[in-house]
Amino acid sequence: MASQQGNVAAKLAADYSVIKNKNKKKYLHRLRPVILGSLLPIILIVVWEIFSKSGFVPAHQLPAPSTILGTIKEMFVDGTLWQHVGITTYRVFIGFVLGSVIAIILGSFVGLNTFAEHMFDPLIQAFRSIPSLAWVPLFILWMGIGEPSKVTMIAVGVFFPVYLNIVSGISGVDKKLIEVGKMYRLNTFELITRVIFPAALPSILVGLRSGLGLGWMFVVAAELMGASEGLGYLLVLGQNTLAPETILASIILFATIGKLSDWVLKEVETRSLHWQR
Amino acid sequence: MVLQLEKVSRTFAGKTVVKDISLSIKRGEIVGILGTSGCGKSTLLRAVSGIDLDYDGKISINNVSDKKIHDTTGFIFQEPRLFPWQTVLENVTFGLKVSKSEAKKLGKSYLQDVGLADSERLYPSQLSGGMAQRVAIARALATSPEVLLLDEPFSALDAFTKMQLQDLLLDIWQAHQTTMVLVTHDIDEALYLCDRVIILRGQPGEISDVYTIEKQRPRERGDKYLAQLKSEILEDLDLTRQSHS
Repeated sequence: MASQQGNVAAKLAADYSVIKNKNKKKYLHRLRPVILGSLLPIILIVVWEIFSKSGFVPAHQLPAPSTILGTIKEMFVDGTLWQHVGITTYRVFIGFVLGSVIAIILGSFVGLNTFAEHMFDPLIQAFRSIPSLAWVPLFILWMGIGEPSKVTMIAVGVFFPVYLNIVSGISGVDKKLIEVGKMYRLNTFELITRVIFPAALPSILVGLRSGLGLGWMFVVAAELMGASEGLGYLLVLGQNTLAPETILASIILFATIGKLSDWVLKEVETRSLHWQR
Repeated sequence: MVLQLEKVSRTFAGKTVVKDISLSIKRGEIVGILGTSGCGKSTLLRAVSGIDLDYDGKISINNVSDKKIHDTTGFIFQEPRLFPWQTVLENVTFGLKVSKSEAKKLGKSYLQDVGLADSERLYPSQLSGGMAQRVAIARALATSPEVLLLDEPFSALDAFTKMQLQDLLLDIWQAHQTTMVLVTHDIDEALYLCDRVIILRGQPGEISDVYTIEKQRPRERGDKYLAQLKSEILEDLDLTRQSHS
C-alpha cells in the first residue's frame, strides 16, 4: 500500500517535471527569435564601444555608447530629459490629433459622398503633390516660430496618410456587405455606423499609424527650424556645441518614444481588429 | 397570393436581360427558378427583393406593390456575406429591431435550428463554408420573413454540405411554412425542393416552361419520377434547340 502510494507520488512528480520541461521548452522556443534578433545589435554595440574607447575612432566624432548613455543619464538626473521628451511628445500629440481629426472628417465626406469627392478631392490631391516641408517658411512667416507653426506643420504631415487611407478604406468597402445592410432596411446613418465604418476600420488604423510615423518625422523638421526645447532642439544644440553624444542621445530618445507610441497604436489595432486572424 | 409578378422586365443600358415575367406564388409554396447562366434569374430575384428597383412591371408582396425593400422578405445570397467583425450571434441578430436580450434569445434559438448552437462566439473567419452559410440562413430567418428569396444559396458548397443544407431548408419549411423562391442552376436541387419549377431561357430570359412537381416532400433523391422530369427539363434547356426556334 505504502509503496503504491509512493509510486503514485513519484509518477505525479515525474508528470509535473515533464510539464515543467515542456513549458521550459516552449518558453525557450518563443525566446529563440528574440535572442537571434538581438545578437547582431549587441555585437555591433560592443565593437563600437571597443573602437571608441581604444581611440580607433576619434571620440569627438563618434562617442562610445557608454558616453551616450551617460549623457542621457545626466539629463535624467538634472530633469531636462523629461522637459525635452515631454514637449516633443506634446507637440506630436497635438499635431497628430489635429491632423487626424480633420482627415477623418474630410476623408469620411469624400469617401461617402460623390458630390464631396468631386468637390474636395482634386484640391486635396493638388496640395498633396507639394512636398510638405515646403510649407515651413510660410508657416513661420504666418505664425512665428512658436508652438502654432510647429503643431500646424506636424498636423499637415499627419493629415495626408490618414485622409488617403480613410477615403480608400471607405470606397473599398465590399458592396455586397452594403447590400446586406440595405436588405435589412438600415437608413443611411445606420449603414455608415454599422457597416461602412467597421468595414473600413482596418484601413483607418493603418492610416493613423503611418500618420503618427510622419508626425515624428515632422516634429524633427519643426524643431530644427527653431526651438528652445525639445529633442529636435537637442540635435541643433549638439551640432552647435560640437557634442555628438547629445545628437546621438536625442536620436536614441526619438527612436524610443517613436516606437513606444507606435506600440500603443498597434495595441489599439490588435484589440479592435481581434476578429481578423 | 403572397407574391405576384406582372410583366416584370429589367434592362441594363439598353440590353434587356429578363422580359415580361408574370408569375404568382401561393403562401407556403417553394418555387424554383431554373436556367442556364446569363438568363437573368438572379436579376429577377434582385428585383423581387427590392435591392434593384429599376425594373419595369409590377411586383407585389401581400398585395403591396411599392417599389422598396419589403420587411416581409428575407434574402440568402450565394455567398454567406457575414460581417467579419461580428460574432456568429451578432451576425444572426443583425437585422432585428427588438431589445438586445430578446434579440439574443431569438438569435440563439435560430442558431440552434441550423445546428450551430455552440458556435455563437466564433467569428466568420473561423467558420467553414458550410457553417458560414448556415449562419446566413439563421440570419435570414431571424426576422421571420414571409417570403424567403434564395440566390443559388448552395452553389459554392461541396456535394455533401449541399445535401445537408437542402434538408435543413426543408426542415425550416416544415416548421414555418415559409414561402420560398429559389434561384438555382442545379436541376436536382430544384426537383428535390420545389413545388413548381420555372424554366427561364434565352437572352433576354423569358419563361419557357413550368413544371409542377406533385410528389410529397421529403422526396427520395434517386426517385424515378424525378429522374424522368430531369431528363425532360434537360431536353427543355438544351442550348442547341435555340438555333431551331
